[in-house]
Amino acid sequence: MKLGFSQQDELFRNEVANWLKQNLCGEFENIRFRGGPGDEHMFHEERLAWEKKLAQGGWTCIGWPKYYGGRDCPISQQVIFNEEYARAGGPGRVGHIGEGLTGPTLLAFGSEQQKQRFLPGIVSGNELWCQGYSEPSAGSDLANVKTKAIFDKNKNKWLINGQKVWTSLAHEADWCFVIARTDPHSTAHKGLGFFLLSMHQPGIEVRPITQLTGTSEFNEVFFDNAECDADCIVGEPGDGWKVAMGLLGFERGVSTLGQQMQFQNELNQVIEIAKQNGSANDPAIRQRIADAWIGLKIMRYNSLRMLSNDSSSGKSDGSLQKEAMIYKLYWATWHRNMGKLAMDVLGAESEILAEGAGEQYLLTRLQSMYLFTRSDTIYGGTNQIQRNIIAERALGMPKEPKV
Amino acid sequence: MEFYFTEEQEMIRESADAFLADVSSSEAVRKVMATELGYDFEVWRQIAEDMVWPALHIPEAYGGMGLGYVELVALLEKMGKYLLCSPFFSTVCLAANALLLAGNEKQKQEVLSKIATGSITASLAYSGKNNLHHAEAITCTYQKDNENFILSGDYHYVPNGHSVDLIIIAAREHGSADSDAISLFLLDASHKGLTRNYTPSMDQTKKQAHLSLNHVTIENSNLLGFEKQGAPLLEKILHLANIAVAAEQLGGTQKVLDLSVAYSKERVQFNRPIASFQAIKHKAADMMIKAEAAKSAVYYAACIAQDFFERGELADELAEAASIAKAYCSDAYFFNAGCAIQIFGGVGFTWEYDVQLYFKRAKSSETYLGNGAVHREKIARILLD
Repeated sequence: MKLGFSQQDELFRNEVANWLKQNLCGEFENIRFRGGPGDEHMFHEERLAWEKKLAQGGWTCIGWPKYYGGRDCPISQQVIFNEEYARAGGPGRVGHIGEGLTGPTLLAFGSEQQKQRFLPGIVSGNELWCQGYSEPSAGSDLANVKTKAIFDKNKNKWLINGQKVWTSLAHEADWCFVIARTDPHSTAHKGLGFFLLSMHQPGIEVRPITQLTGTSEFNEVFFDNAECDADCIVGEPGDGWKVAMGLLGFERGVSTLGQQMQFQNELNQVIEIAKQNGSANDPAIRQRIADAWIGLKIMRYNSLRMLSNDSSSGKSDGSLQKEAMIYKLYWATWHRNMGKLAMDVLGAESEILAEGAGEQYLLTRLQSMYLFTRSDTIYGGTNQIQRNIIAERALGMPKEPKV
Repeated sequence: MEFYFTEEQEMIRESADAFLADVSSSEAVRKVMATELGYDFEVWRQIAEDMVWPALHIPEAYGGMGLGYVELVALLEKMGKYLLCSPFFSTVCLAANALLLAGNEKQKQEVLSKIATGSITASLAYSGKNNLHHAEAITCTYQKDNENFILSGDYHYVPNGHSVDLIIIAAREHGSADSDAISLFLLDASHKGLTRNYTPSMDQTKKQAHLSLNHVTIENSNLLGFEKQGAPLLEKILHLANIAVAAEQLGGTQKVLDLSVAYSKERVQFNRPIASFQAIKHKAADMMIKAEAAKSAVYYAACIAQDFFERGELADELAEAASIAKAYCSDAYFFNAGCAIQIFGGVGFTWEYDVQLYFKRAKSSETYLGNGAVHREKIARILLD
């Protein structure tokens, strides 16, 4: 057991830092530190251009095999890249769903043809993705999806009908991965398929959901005979649940380190405010700031353990170890507490909207973060569902009896 | 970046687990905790001679095995898991570290070699009867008499203080109040003018004593480090001690979770195991988060401590890593032990079930060297002042 990076890794760190210094400037100066969770509605065009810039430099999908456009970077260098990226104020990545979820899923479960077809678009930043999982009656009970996929032999295509909800960035995505029922008589986990759908077709309608932030990162997506090519199902009909669960494992991968650096930036901002506005003298606030600091440090150590263990065991199927199962519950709860801490440190000032708000509901960055953190403990599996997963899968406790 | 135990380290963990399961069973713990000495001398002999644990992180030059703090922490985690009653912590994690950090070559040769073989036990005394920490807590004072030092005053909460052979003490120059008048000394337990009183404690698995010094004369050769420069050394000794305590806490934090989950699967109410109720599952999940996060905090701090001994790049993180580990593990252990009593229900409140032993250890280890709030305030000072 040892920390620290090799000399080779430190050279890599310099390379990353230098590239970012030389490229994350000029036209991209105003998107530094922008576009992370809670701020994803901002600067889409500029961030798309940045994604392509990153790709030209070879800095997208760096952990992927070289053969598929990656760099074959070991975990240590992926950690370094994410740390340096966040340190430099790298903006929220518009390609993160493709790089973090679609790509690893295809690498693990996709056919060679699917890899050839879809991975290059993700690497180049030319094709953005969104995730079609939740439905109005399939939230925590994800296996209760009603969206149907029927194979049309004449068209040689799958036809998708139904509705997805809480689809992040659907209005900006080019593609969507969807779980839908291939066997109309099936229930729960059986009879599902995992589909790759173009968002640019008449059978798809995206309606933004206005959230309590006043903004719309989430959407409803309606499928009315939306078409999916015959070769765009991942695995066989009936494999959908297995693929979807594998993907949830990838959600806890290296990219979480970048997210943590964003959390660090937020906490640093709160610390500065506390020093300036007198909150730093309040013993209760001091305790909470220290607690947030400790919590974030441990979040990083958790990730380093999780990633080190992953690399040592060579796992790539997204299956979860114990320390990985706690990850979502841990960060979501930490971040929600962080949001409240930010408002409490600001005190009365926390109510005042951003400068120039006028009649608009224009939130400051911290207000937006504070409100958005209330979704952290809901999306991607609520805290309650996470606790069920931990209890059942990590601790081996029995499921609730079926009613 | 290899943030996992190597194969050799896993072997140390496994052999420690097997050994402690045998010598530190519930019956064994209950037997020795009722005695004033507080440990089984034969078990201590085995620990020293057969397992060679006291020698583990002492350099080979002083008769040790020259392994690292990560290996030491791995042992401590197991000791916490089995509530081992022994003078290991006070001898190795307080006294040996004090000598490694502050001792001159002659002192290290003499004392560390005896600690390594287990032929002496030792401890560290610094705090008076107060709830202060580090140098501020010191009330015992010294005055110089030519080359010698004359010490008078009291030490409280001294781990195994009534039974150890050697005590490292921190005293302040008479009339001083701040931290730049602190000196460290080696004090033989049989020294004239030293009175030692066993102070029975709520957690019976960790023994404490009260020491009184009445004009104790200490020769210059028993000064540890330089006169009046003891405070920063004491601070580092306590950082390392905090990491050791946190490691023991981690073992208990995980153990009470394991006990609770096992019991909840057996205990049937309303015709089903209580483990199938979400009210119990969610509590257990929260306990697992605490245990996993505690692991991360302790293992990270162990790596930092190792780096500190090797004078590596991360050595500066010692204070922060130690306070993070002690703050988190103190609260995690107490939380988990409290939840365990609740999950066990009525039997968790009995003397018979072991949960009570862990609940008491959680509290004693929490208050020793400063609880979560104390260590959070230390972090706050780094961040805010």
